[in-house]
Amino acid sequence: MVVAAKTGNEAMAEAMRQINPDVVAAYPITPATEVVMIFAQFLADGLVDTEYIPVESEHSAMSACLGAAAAGARVMTSTSSQGLALMYEILPIVSALRLPIVVCEVNRALSGPINIHCDHSDTIAARDFGWVQIYAENSQEAYDGTLQAVKIAEKTSLPVMVSTDGFIISHCMEKIEMLPDDEAKKFIGEYKMEKSVLDIKNPTTRGALDLQDYYFEHRYQTSEAILNAKNPILEAGEEFGNKYGRKYGLIEEYKMEDAERVIVALGSTCGTTRDVVDELRGKGEKVGLLKIRVFRPFPAQEIATALSNAKSVAVLDRSDSYSGQGSPVYVEVLSALFKNDKKPKIVNYVYGLGGRDINLEDIKSVFENLKKVDQLEEKNYLGVRM
Amino acid sequence: MSKKLLSVKELPKGDVLEAGTAILFETGDWRSDRPIFNKELCIDCKRCWLYCPDMSILLDENKKVSGIDYKHCKGCGICSFECPVKPNKAITMEKEVK
Ligand code: SF4
Ligand code: SF4
Repeated sequence: MVVAAKTGNEAMAEAMRQINPDVVAAYPITPATEVVMIFAQFLADGLVDTEYIPVESEHSAMSACLGAAAAGARVMTSTSSQGLALMYEILPIVSALRLPIVVCEVNRALSGPINIHCDHSDTIAARDFGWVQIYAENSQEAYDGTLQAVKIAEKTSLPVMVSTDGFIISHCMEKIEMLPDDEAKKFIGEYKMEKSVLDIKNPTTRGALDLQDYYFEHRYQTSEAILNAKNPILEAGEEFGNKYGRKYGLIEEYKMEDAERVIVALGSTCGTTRDVVDELRGKGEKVGLLKIRVFRPFPAQEIATALSNAKSVAVLDRSDSYSGQGSPVYVEVLSALFKNDKKPKIVNYVYGLGGRDINLEDIKSVFENLKKVDQLEEKNYLGVRM
Repeated sequence: MSKKLLSVKELPKGDVLEAGTAILFETGDWRSDRPIFNKELCIDCKRCWLYCPDMSILLDENKKVSGIDYKHCKGCGICSFECPVKPNKAITMEKEVK
Protein backbone atom coordinates (compact mmCIF):
# COMPACT_ATOMS: atom_id res chain seq x y z
CA MET A 1 0.00 0.00 0.00
CA VAL A 2 1.11 3.50 -0.83
CA VAL A 3 0.02 6.07 1.75
CA ALA A 4 -0.46 9.55 0.33
CA ALA A 5 -2.28 12.83 0.96
CA LYS A 6 -4.81 13.29 -1.82
CA THR A 7 -7.88 15.36 -2.55
CA GLY A 8 -10.88 13.52 -3.96
CA ASN A 9 -10.03 14.75 -7.44
CA GLU A 10 -6.41 13.65 -7.11
CA ALA A 11 -7.52 10.29 -5.76
CA MET A 12 -9.79 9.71 -8.76
CA ALA A 13 -7.11 10.88 -11.19
CA GLU A 14 -4.62 8.48 -9.58
CA ALA A 15 -7.10 5.64 -9.99
CA MET A 16 -7.50 6.63 -13.65
CA ARG A 17 -3.73 6.60 -14.08
CA GLN A 18 -3.54 3.07 -12.72
CA ILE A 19 -6.48 1.98 -14.86
CA ASN A 20 -4.83 3.54 -17.94
CA PRO A 21 -8.04 3.60 -20.00
CA ASP A 22 -7.84 3.23 -23.78
CA VAL A 23 -9.86 6.40 -24.33
CA VAL A 24 -10.74 9.46 -22.24
CA ALA A 25 -12.90 12.16 -23.83
CA ALA A 26 -13.60 15.07 -21.52
CA TYR A 27 -14.59 18.69 -21.16
CA PRO A 28 -13.63 20.66 -18.03
CA ILE A 29 -16.15 21.83 -15.44
CA THR A 30 -15.76 23.00 -11.85
CA PRO A 31 -15.30 21.19 -9.48
CA ALA A 32 -14.43 18.15 -11.61
CA THR A 33 -11.91 19.90 -13.89
CA GLU A 34 -8.89 18.72 -11.92
CA VAL A 35 -9.67 15.05 -12.44
CA VAL A 36 -8.99 15.23 -16.16
CA MET A 37 -6.46 18.04 -15.79
CA ILE A 38 -4.28 15.89 -13.55
CA PHE A 39 -4.91 12.94 -15.82
CA ALA A 40 -3.82 15.00 -18.84
CA GLN A 41 -0.59 15.74 -17.00
CA PHE A 42 -0.04 12.00 -16.46
CA LEU A 43 -0.51 11.60 -20.20
CA ALA A 44 1.95 14.40 -20.99
CA ASP A 45 4.44 12.78 -18.62
CA GLY A 46 4.10 9.48 -20.41
CA LEU A 47 2.60 7.66 -17.42
CA VAL A 48 -0.45 6.52 -19.39
CA ASP A 49 -0.92 5.80 -23.08
CA THR A 50 -4.57 6.77 -23.30
CA GLU A 51 -6.11 8.30 -26.42
CA TYR A 52 -7.17 11.61 -24.88
CA ILE A 53 -9.85 13.54 -26.77
CA PRO A 54 -10.38 17.14 -25.65
CA VAL A 55 -13.85 17.83 -27.02
CA GLU A 56 -15.97 20.97 -27.32
CA SER A 57 -18.73 20.02 -24.88
CA GLU A 58 -19.87 17.31 -22.49
CA HIS A 59 -22.42 16.20 -25.07
CA SER A 60 -19.53 15.47 -27.39
CA ALA A 61 -17.48 13.96 -24.57
CA MET A 62 -20.10 11.33 -23.81
CA SER A 63 -20.76 10.77 -27.51
CA ALA A 64 -17.07 10.13 -28.15
CA CYS A 65 -16.96 7.85 -25.12
CA LEU A 66 -19.93 5.94 -26.50
CA GLY A 67 -18.30 5.40 -29.87
CA ALA A 68 -15.02 4.32 -28.33
CA ALA A 69 -16.77 1.94 -25.94
CA ALA A 70 -18.77 0.42 -28.80
CA ALA A 71 -15.45 -0.25 -30.50
CA GLY A 72 -14.38 -2.21 -27.43
CA ALA A 73 -12.20 0.34 -25.66
CA ARG A 74 -11.96 0.79 -21.90
CA VAL A 75 -13.37 4.30 -21.56
CA MET A 76 -13.57 6.87 -18.79
CA THR A 77 -14.48 10.50 -18.33
CA SER A 78 -15.24 12.97 -15.58
CA THR A 79 -17.81 15.71 -15.17
CA SER A 80 -20.13 17.58 -12.85
CA SER A 81 -23.50 19.34 -12.66
CA GLN A 82 -24.38 21.13 -15.91
CA GLY A 83 -21.74 19.02 -17.62
CA LEU A 84 -23.52 15.85 -16.61
CA ALA A 85 -26.79 17.51 -17.61
CA LEU A 86 -25.39 18.10 -21.06
CA MET A 87 -24.58 14.39 -21.19
CA TYR A 88 -28.11 13.37 -20.16
CA GLU A 89 -29.18 12.81 -23.76
CA ILE A 90 -26.44 10.22 -24.27
CA LEU A 91 -26.47 8.53 -20.83
CA PRO A 92 -29.51 6.27 -21.43
CA ILE A 93 -28.18 5.36 -24.87
CA VAL A 94 -24.93 4.19 -23.29
CA SER A 95 -26.80 1.89 -20.91
CA ALA A 96 -29.14 0.65 -23.65
CA LEU A 97 -26.11 -0.29 -25.75
CA ARG A 98 -24.67 -1.89 -22.60
CA LEU A 99 -21.35 -0.04 -22.75
CA PRO A 100 -19.19 -0.16 -19.61
CA ILE A 101 -18.13 3.51 -19.46
CA VAL A 102 -16.97 4.80 -16.07
CA VAL A 103 -17.59 8.42 -15.08
CA CYS A 104 -15.85 10.12 -12.17
CA GLU A 105 -18.60 12.51 -11.19
CA VAL A 106 -18.19 15.38 -8.77
CA ASN A 107 -21.55 16.33 -7.29
CA ARG A 108 -22.46 19.96 -7.78
CA ALA A 109 -25.79 21.75 -7.66
CA LEU A 110 -27.69 22.07 -10.91
CA SER A 111 -28.41 25.58 -12.09
CA GLY A 112 -30.39 27.58 -11.42
CA PRO A 113 -29.61 29.74 -9.73
CA ILE A 114 -26.07 29.15 -10.87
CA ASN A 115 -23.91 27.60 -8.16
CA ILE A 116 -20.69 25.62 -8.17
CA HIS A 117 -20.95 23.89 -4.79
CA CYS A 118 -22.09 20.50 -3.65
CA ASP A 119 -25.45 18.93 -3.77
CA HIS A 120 -26.65 15.74 -5.39
CA SER A 121 -29.19 17.17 -7.81
CA ASP A 122 -27.01 16.38 -10.85
CA THR A 123 -26.57 12.63 -10.34
CA ILE A 124 -29.91 12.09 -8.61
CA ALA A 125 -31.65 13.48 -11.70
CA ALA A 126 -29.75 10.85 -13.71
CA ARG A 127 -30.95 7.97 -11.56
CA ASP A 128 -33.25 6.46 -14.17
CA PHE A 129 -30.75 6.43 -17.03
CA GLY A 130 -29.57 2.86 -16.47
CA TRP A 131 -26.25 3.73 -14.82
CA VAL A 132 -24.92 2.15 -11.65
CA GLN A 133 -24.44 4.93 -9.09
CA ILE A 134 -21.87 4.76 -6.30
CA TYR A 135 -21.57 7.63 -3.78
CA ALA A 136 -18.22 8.04 -2.04
CA GLU A 137 -17.97 9.27 1.55
CA ASN A 138 -14.37 10.48 1.28
CA SER A 139 -11.26 10.45 -0.95
CA GLN A 140 -10.42 6.88 -0.03
CA GLU A 141 -13.81 5.66 -1.14
CA ALA A 142 -13.52 7.73 -4.32
CA TYR A 143 -10.26 5.97 -5.16
CA ASP A 144 -11.42 2.49 -4.16
CA GLY A 145 -14.80 3.00 -5.84
CA THR A 146 -13.25 4.09 -9.14
CA LEU A 147 -11.15 0.91 -9.33
CA GLN A 148 -14.16 -1.23 -8.44
CA ALA A 149 -16.34 0.64 -10.94
CA VAL A 150 -14.23 -0.59 -13.85
CA LYS A 151 -14.64 -4.14 -12.70
CA ILE A 152 -18.36 -3.78 -12.09
CA ALA A 153 -18.95 -2.04 -15.43
CA GLU A 154 -17.12 -4.67 -17.44
CA LYS A 155 -18.71 -7.57 -15.56
CA THR A 156 -22.25 -6.22 -16.02
CA SER A 157 -21.83 -4.45 -19.38
CA LEU A 158 -23.31 -1.39 -17.70
CA PRO A 159 -21.99 2.13 -17.28
CA VAL A 160 -21.08 3.25 -13.76
CA MET A 161 -20.78 6.69 -12.20
CA VAL A 162 -18.77 7.13 -9.02
CA SER A 163 -19.43 10.44 -7.35
CA THR A 164 -17.82 12.61 -4.72
CA ASP A 165 -19.22 15.69 -3.00
CA GLY A 166 -18.02 18.80 -4.82
CA PHE A 167 -15.31 20.70 -2.90
CA ILE A 168 -16.12 18.85 0.33
CA ILE A 169 -14.41 15.74 -1.00
CA SER A 170 -13.10 16.86 -4.38
CA HIS A 171 -10.86 19.61 -2.99
CA CYS A 172 -10.13 18.49 0.57
CA MET A 173 -6.93 16.65 1.24
CA GLU A 174 -7.06 13.42 3.18
CA LYS A 175 -4.72 10.57 3.90
CA ILE A 176 -5.49 7.69 1.59
CA GLU A 177 -4.02 4.31 0.86
CA MET A 178 -3.41 3.46 -2.78
CA LEU A 179 -2.65 0.08 -4.24
CA PRO A 180 0.71 -0.39 -5.94
CA ASP A 181 0.23 0.17 -9.69
CA ASP A 182 0.66 -3.48 -10.66
CA GLU A 183 -1.77 -4.57 -7.96
CA ALA A 184 -4.40 -2.12 -9.20
CA LYS A 185 -3.93 -3.44 -12.72
CA LYS A 186 -4.28 -6.99 -11.48
CA PHE A 187 -7.47 -6.11 -9.62
CA ILE A 188 -9.23 -4.62 -12.66
CA GLY A 189 -7.88 -7.24 -15.07
CA GLU A 190 -8.00 -7.24 -18.86
CA TYR A 191 -11.04 -6.17 -20.83
CA LYS A 192 -12.26 -7.81 -24.00
CA MET A 193 -15.60 -6.74 -25.39
CA GLU A 194 -17.92 -9.51 -26.61
CA LYS A 195 -18.91 -7.85 -29.87
CA SER A 196 -16.93 -4.85 -31.01
CA VAL A 197 -18.57 -2.66 -33.62
CA LEU A 198 -15.18 -2.63 -35.38
CA ASP A 199 -15.24 -6.39 -35.91
CA ILE A 200 -15.58 -6.07 -39.70
CA LYS A 201 -15.66 -9.82 -40.19
CA ASN A 202 -18.87 -9.93 -38.18
CA PRO A 203 -20.48 -6.56 -38.92
CA THR A 204 -23.30 -5.40 -36.64
CA THR A 205 -25.65 -2.45 -36.32
CA ARG A 206 -25.93 -0.54 -33.00
CA GLY A 207 -28.60 1.79 -31.81
CA ALA A 208 -30.99 1.34 -34.73
CA LEU A 209 -34.56 2.62 -34.68
CA ASP A 210 -36.43 0.40 -32.23
CA LEU A 211 -40.19 0.87 -32.35
CA GLN A 212 -43.31 -0.73 -30.88
CA ASP A 213 -42.01 -4.21 -31.66
CA TYR A 214 -38.69 -4.21 -29.76
CA TYR A 215 -38.14 -1.08 -27.65
CA PHE A 216 -40.02 -2.56 -24.68
CA GLU A 217 -37.94 -5.76 -24.64
CA HIS A 218 -34.70 -3.82 -24.85
CA ARG A 219 -35.72 -1.58 -21.96
CA TYR A 220 -36.63 -4.65 -19.94
CA GLN A 221 -33.18 -6.10 -20.61
CA THR A 222 -31.48 -3.00 -19.21
CA SER A 223 -33.79 -2.92 -16.22
CA GLU A 224 -32.99 -6.56 -15.46
CA ALA A 225 -29.26 -5.92 -15.94
CA ILE A 226 -29.32 -3.12 -13.38
CA LEU A 227 -31.08 -5.32 -10.84
CA ASN A 228 -28.62 -8.12 -11.50
CA ALA A 229 -25.72 -5.73 -10.95
CA LYS A 230 -26.12 -6.10 -7.17
CA ASN A 231 -24.06 -9.26 -7.02
CA PRO A 232 -21.16 -8.05 -9.16
CA ILE A 233 -21.04 -4.89 -6.99
CA LEU A 234 -20.97 -6.99 -3.83
CA GLU A 235 -18.35 -9.34 -5.29
CA ALA A 236 -16.09 -6.45 -6.28
CA GLY A 237 -16.48 -4.91 -2.81
CA GLU A 238 -15.84 -8.25 -1.14
CA GLU A 239 -12.76 -9.06 -3.23
CA PHE A 240 -11.40 -5.58 -2.56
CA GLY A 241 -11.93 -6.11 1.16
CA ASN A 242 -10.34 -9.53 1.23
CA LYS A 243 -7.29 -8.36 -0.66
CA TYR A 244 -6.77 -4.85 0.62
CA GLY A 245 -8.69 -4.66 3.87
CA ARG A 246 -11.49 -2.26 2.93
CA LYS A 247 -14.73 -4.09 2.24
CA TYR A 248 -17.64 -2.44 0.45
CA GLY A 249 -21.32 -3.25 0.10
CA LEU A 250 -24.48 -1.63 -1.21
CA ILE A 251 -25.18 -0.04 2.16
CA GLU A 252 -23.17 0.38 5.33
CA GLU A 253 -24.64 0.09 8.80
CA TYR A 254 -22.90 2.11 11.50
CA LYS A 255 -23.84 1.32 15.11
CA MET A 256 -27.19 0.07 13.92
CA GLU A 257 -27.54 -3.10 16.06
CA ASP A 258 -29.80 -1.58 18.71
CA ALA A 259 -30.27 1.86 17.16
CA GLU A 260 -33.67 3.46 17.80
CA ARG A 261 -33.11 6.73 15.98
CA VAL A 262 -31.40 6.50 12.61
CA ILE A 263 -30.15 8.88 9.95
CA VAL A 264 -30.01 7.67 6.35
CA ALA A 265 -27.65 9.60 4.07
CA LEU A 266 -25.34 9.51 1.04
CA GLY A 267 -21.84 10.89 0.56
CA SER A 268 -19.69 13.02 2.84
CA THR A 269 -22.52 13.79 5.28
CA CYS A 270 -22.18 10.19 6.44
CA GLY A 271 -18.76 11.12 7.82
CA THR A 272 -20.24 14.01 9.81
CA THR A 273 -23.05 11.78 11.02
CA ARG A 274 -20.59 9.11 12.21
CA ASP A 275 -18.96 11.64 14.53
CA VAL A 276 -22.33 12.67 15.96
CA VAL A 277 -23.34 9.04 16.41
CA ASP A 278 -20.11 8.40 18.34
CA GLU A 279 -20.69 11.43 20.56
CA LEU A 280 -24.31 10.61 21.32
CA ARG A 281 -23.49 6.93 21.85
CA GLY A 282 -20.97 8.13 24.42
CA LYS A 283 -23.91 9.65 26.27
CA GLY A 284 -25.86 6.41 26.03
CA GLU A 285 -28.20 7.45 23.22
CA LYS A 286 -29.23 4.68 20.85
CA VAL A 287 -28.55 6.34 17.53
CA GLY A 288 -27.16 4.97 14.28
CA LEU A 289 -26.29 5.71 10.67
CA LEU A 290 -27.38 3.90 7.56
CA LYS A 291 -25.22 4.90 4.62
CA ILE A 292 -26.47 4.25 1.12
CA ARG A 293 -23.35 3.70 -0.97
CA VAL A 294 -25.06 2.37 -4.06
CA PHE A 295 -28.20 4.23 -5.12
CA ARG A 296 -28.60 2.35 -8.42
CA PRO A 297 -29.42 -0.49 -8.29
CA PHE A 298 -31.45 0.63 -5.28
CA PRO A 299 -30.85 -1.74 -2.33
CA ALA A 300 -34.50 -1.68 -1.21
CA GLN A 301 -34.58 -5.01 0.60
CA GLU A 302 -31.27 -4.38 2.32
CA ILE A 303 -32.46 -0.98 3.54
CA ALA A 304 -35.81 -2.32 4.71
CA THR A 305 -34.08 -5.03 6.72
CA ALA A 306 -31.53 -2.64 8.20
CA LEU A 307 -34.25 -0.24 9.34
CA SER A 308 -36.76 -2.78 10.60
CA ASN A 309 -35.84 -2.39 14.28
CA ALA A 310 -35.50 1.39 14.31
CA LYS A 311 -38.17 3.53 15.97
CA SER A 312 -37.67 6.72 14.01
CA VAL A 313 -35.72 7.49 10.86
CA ALA A 314 -34.67 10.72 9.13
CA VAL A 315 -33.70 10.42 5.47
CA LEU A 316 -31.35 13.20 4.43
CA ASP A 317 -31.63 14.34 0.82
CA ARG A 318 -29.04 16.62 -0.72
CA SER A 319 -31.41 17.39 -3.58
CA ASP A 320 -34.97 18.59 -3.63
CA SER A 321 -37.74 17.10 -5.66
CA TYR A 322 -40.33 19.73 -6.42
CA SER A 323 -43.11 17.59 -5.04
CA GLY A 324 -44.92 17.67 -1.74
CA GLN A 325 -44.22 14.03 -1.01
CA GLY A 326 -40.49 14.15 -0.38
CA SER A 327 -37.16 14.06 -2.14
CA PRO A 328 -35.85 11.11 -4.14
CA VAL A 329 -33.83 9.23 -1.52
CA TYR A 330 -36.64 9.62 1.01
CA VAL A 331 -39.35 8.47 -1.36
CA GLU A 332 -37.38 5.37 -2.29
CA VAL A 333 -36.52 4.49 1.31
CA LEU A 334 -40.16 5.03 2.24
CA SER A 335 -41.40 2.68 -0.45
CA ALA A 336 -38.72 0.13 0.46
CA LEU A 337 -40.21 0.05 3.98
CA PHE A 338 -43.85 -0.01 2.91
CA LYS A 339 -44.18 -3.77 2.74
CA ASN A 340 -42.38 -4.35 6.05
CA ASP A 341 -44.58 -5.42 8.94
CA LYS A 342 -42.30 -3.57 11.31
CA LYS A 343 -41.60 -0.07 10.15
CA PRO A 344 -40.23 3.00 11.85
CA LYS A 345 -41.72 6.48 11.80
CA ILE A 346 -39.93 8.21 8.96
CA VAL A 347 -39.35 11.81 7.90
CA ASN A 348 -37.43 13.60 5.18
CA TYR A 349 -34.84 16.35 5.59
CA VAL A 350 -33.69 18.27 2.55
CA TYR A 351 -30.30 19.80 3.40
CA GLY A 352 -27.12 21.31 2.06
CA LEU A 353 -28.44 22.55 -1.28
CA GLY A 354 -25.90 24.56 -3.25
CA GLY A 355 -23.14 23.63 -0.81
CA ARG A 356 -24.82 25.00 2.34
CA ASP A 357 -22.74 23.68 5.24
CA ILE A 358 -24.04 20.78 7.25
CA ASN A 359 -22.24 20.60 10.58
CA LEU A 360 -22.29 18.49 13.72
CA GLU A 361 -24.93 20.68 15.36
CA ASP A 362 -27.27 20.27 12.38
CA ILE A 363 -27.00 16.51 12.56
CA LYS A 364 -27.48 16.60 16.32
CA SER A 365 -30.65 18.62 15.88
CA VAL A 366 -32.01 15.97 13.52
CA PHE A 367 -31.34 13.20 16.06
CA GLU A 368 -32.92 15.40 18.74
CA ASN A 369 -36.01 16.03 16.61
CA LEU A 370 -36.38 12.31 16.00
CA LYS A 371 -37.23 11.93 19.70
CA LYS A 372 -40.53 13.68 18.97
CA VAL A 373 -40.96 12.43 15.44
CA ASP A 374 -44.77 12.56 15.69
CA GLN A 375 -44.63 16.33 15.84
CA LEU A 376 -42.56 16.67 12.66
CA GLU A 377 -43.77 17.43 9.18
CA GLU A 378 -43.11 14.69 6.65
CA LYS A 379 -40.81 16.93 4.61
CA ASN A 380 -38.44 19.30 6.40
CA TYR A 381 -35.76 21.71 5.26
CA LEU A 382 -32.62 21.74 7.39
CA GLY A 383 -31.03 25.15 7.75
CA VAL A 384 -33.09 27.16 5.27
CA ARG A 385 -34.00 30.66 6.52
CA MET A 386 -37.79 30.77 6.66
CA MET B 1 -46.21 -9.19 -39.74
CA SER B 2 -46.12 -12.97 -39.55
CA LYS B 3 -42.45 -12.95 -38.51
CA LYS B 4 -42.00 -14.25 -34.97
CA LEU B 5 -40.79 -11.50 -32.64
CA LEU B 6 -37.94 -12.34 -30.29
CA SER B 7 -38.43 -12.37 -26.53
CA VAL B 8 -36.26 -10.69 -23.91
CA LYS B 9 -34.28 -13.92 -23.51
CA GLU B 10 -33.81 -14.47 -27.24
CA LEU B 11 -32.72 -10.92 -28.06
CA PRO B 12 -28.97 -10.26 -28.02
CA LYS B 13 -28.11 -7.79 -25.26
CA GLY B 14 -27.23 -4.21 -26.00
CA ASP B 15 -29.43 -3.54 -29.03
CA VAL B 16 -27.01 -5.35 -31.36
CA LEU B 17 -28.47 -6.13 -34.79
CA GLU B 18 -27.17 -7.73 -37.97
CA ALA B 19 -25.55 -5.21 -40.31
CA GLY B 20 -27.29 -3.48 -43.19
CA THR B 21 -30.81 -3.29 -41.77
CA ALA B 22 -31.25 0.25 -43.13
CA ILE B 23 -32.07 -1.31 -46.51
CA LEU B 24 -35.41 -2.36 -45.02
CA PHE B 25 -36.33 1.21 -44.18
CA GLU B 26 -37.22 3.33 -47.20
CA THR B 27 -36.24 6.91 -46.57
CA GLY B 28 -36.62 8.14 -50.16
CA ASP B 29 -40.00 9.77 -49.64
CA TRP B 30 -38.49 12.45 -47.36
CA ARG B 31 -36.71 13.99 -50.35
CA SER B 32 -37.38 17.57 -51.47
CA ASP B 33 -34.49 17.71 -53.98
CA ARG B 34 -33.76 14.95 -56.49
CA PRO B 35 -30.31 14.11 -57.88
CA ILE B 36 -30.36 13.51 -61.64
CA PHE B 37 -27.58 11.33 -63.01
CA ASN B 38 -26.24 11.95 -66.52
CA LYS B 39 -24.32 8.91 -67.74
CA GLU B 40 -22.89 10.80 -70.74
CA LEU B 41 -20.92 13.18 -68.50
CA CYS B 42 -19.84 10.68 -65.83
CA ILE B 43 -16.12 9.80 -65.68
CA ASP B 44 -16.78 7.07 -63.09
CA CYS B 45 -14.49 8.54 -60.44
CA LYS B 46 -16.86 7.22 -57.73
CA ARG B 47 -16.66 10.29 -55.54
CA CYS B 48 -20.47 10.38 -55.33
CA TRP B 49 -20.52 6.73 -54.35
CA LEU B 50 -17.88 7.30 -51.69
CA TYR B 51 -19.52 10.38 -50.19
CA CYS B 52 -23.21 9.46 -50.30
CA PRO B 53 -24.27 9.07 -46.63
CA ASP B 54 -27.13 6.75 -47.54
CA MET B 55 -25.35 4.36 -49.92
CA SER B 56 -27.79 5.43 -52.61
CA ILE B 57 -25.43 5.59 -55.57
CA LEU B 58 -26.02 2.48 -57.66
CA LEU B 59 -23.28 0.51 -59.42
CA ASP B 60 -23.92 -1.76 -62.40
CA GLU B 61 -22.59 -5.31 -62.86
CA ASN B 62 -19.21 -3.85 -63.97
CA LYS B 63 -19.08 -1.73 -60.79
CA LYS B 64 -19.59 1.46 -62.78
CA VAL B 65 -21.77 4.25 -61.36
CA SER B 66 -25.14 3.72 -62.98
CA GLY B 67 -27.76 5.82 -61.19
CA ILE B 68 -29.53 6.67 -57.96
CA ASP B 69 -31.46 4.46 -55.56
CA TYR B 70 -34.49 6.74 -55.14
CA LYS B 71 -36.03 4.46 -52.53
CA HIS B 72 -33.31 5.47 -50.07
CA CYS B 73 -31.79 8.72 -51.42
CA LYS B 74 -32.72 11.61 -49.10
CA GLY B 75 -31.76 14.31 -51.58
CA CYS B 76 -28.97 15.91 -49.55
CA GLY B 77 -27.05 16.90 -52.68
CA ILE B 78 -23.63 15.78 -51.47
CA CYS B 79 -23.13 13.61 -54.58
CA SER B 80 -23.75 16.57 -56.84
CA PHE B 81 -21.55 18.85 -54.75
CA GLU B 82 -18.67 16.37 -54.88
CA CYS B 83 -18.94 15.51 -58.58
CA PRO B 84 -15.73 16.92 -60.16
CA VAL B 85 -16.88 17.08 -63.80
CA LYS B 86 -16.79 20.58 -65.33
CA PRO B 87 -18.43 22.74 -66.51
CA ASN B 88 -21.57 20.60 -66.18
CA LYS B 89 -21.66 18.08 -63.34
CA ALA B 90 -22.72 14.52 -63.99
CA ILE B 91 -25.17 14.77 -61.10
CA THR B 92 -27.41 17.82 -60.79
CA MET B 93 -30.11 18.58 -58.26
CA GLU B 94 -33.71 19.37 -59.22
CA LYS B 95 -36.71 20.27 -57.13
CA GLU B 96 -38.83 17.25 -56.37
CA VAL B 97 -42.26 17.92 -57.88
CA LYS B 98 -45.27 15.82 -57.25
S1 SF4 C 1 -28.61 13.27 -52.90
FE1 SF4 C 1 -27.53 12.63 -51.07
S2 SF4 C 1 -28.57 10.74 -50.52
FE2 SF4 C 1 -29.15 11.15 -52.61
S3 SF4 C 1 -27.67 10.01 -53.80
FE3 SF4 C 1 -26.88 12.08 -53.61
S4 SF4 C 1 -25.52 11.95 -51.81
FE4 SF4 C 1 -26.82 10.15 -51.77
S1 SF4 D 1 -18.84 11.98 -58.90
FE1 SF4 D 1 -19.68 12.53 -60.88
S2 SF4 D 1 -18.21 11.80 -62.33
FE2 SF4 D 1 -17.69 10.86 -60.40
S3 SF4 D 1 -18.74 8.90 -60.52
FE3 SF4 D 1 -20.12 10.30 -59.50
S4 SF4 D 1 -21.40 11.11 -61.12
FE4 SF4 D 1 -19.64 10.16 -62.09
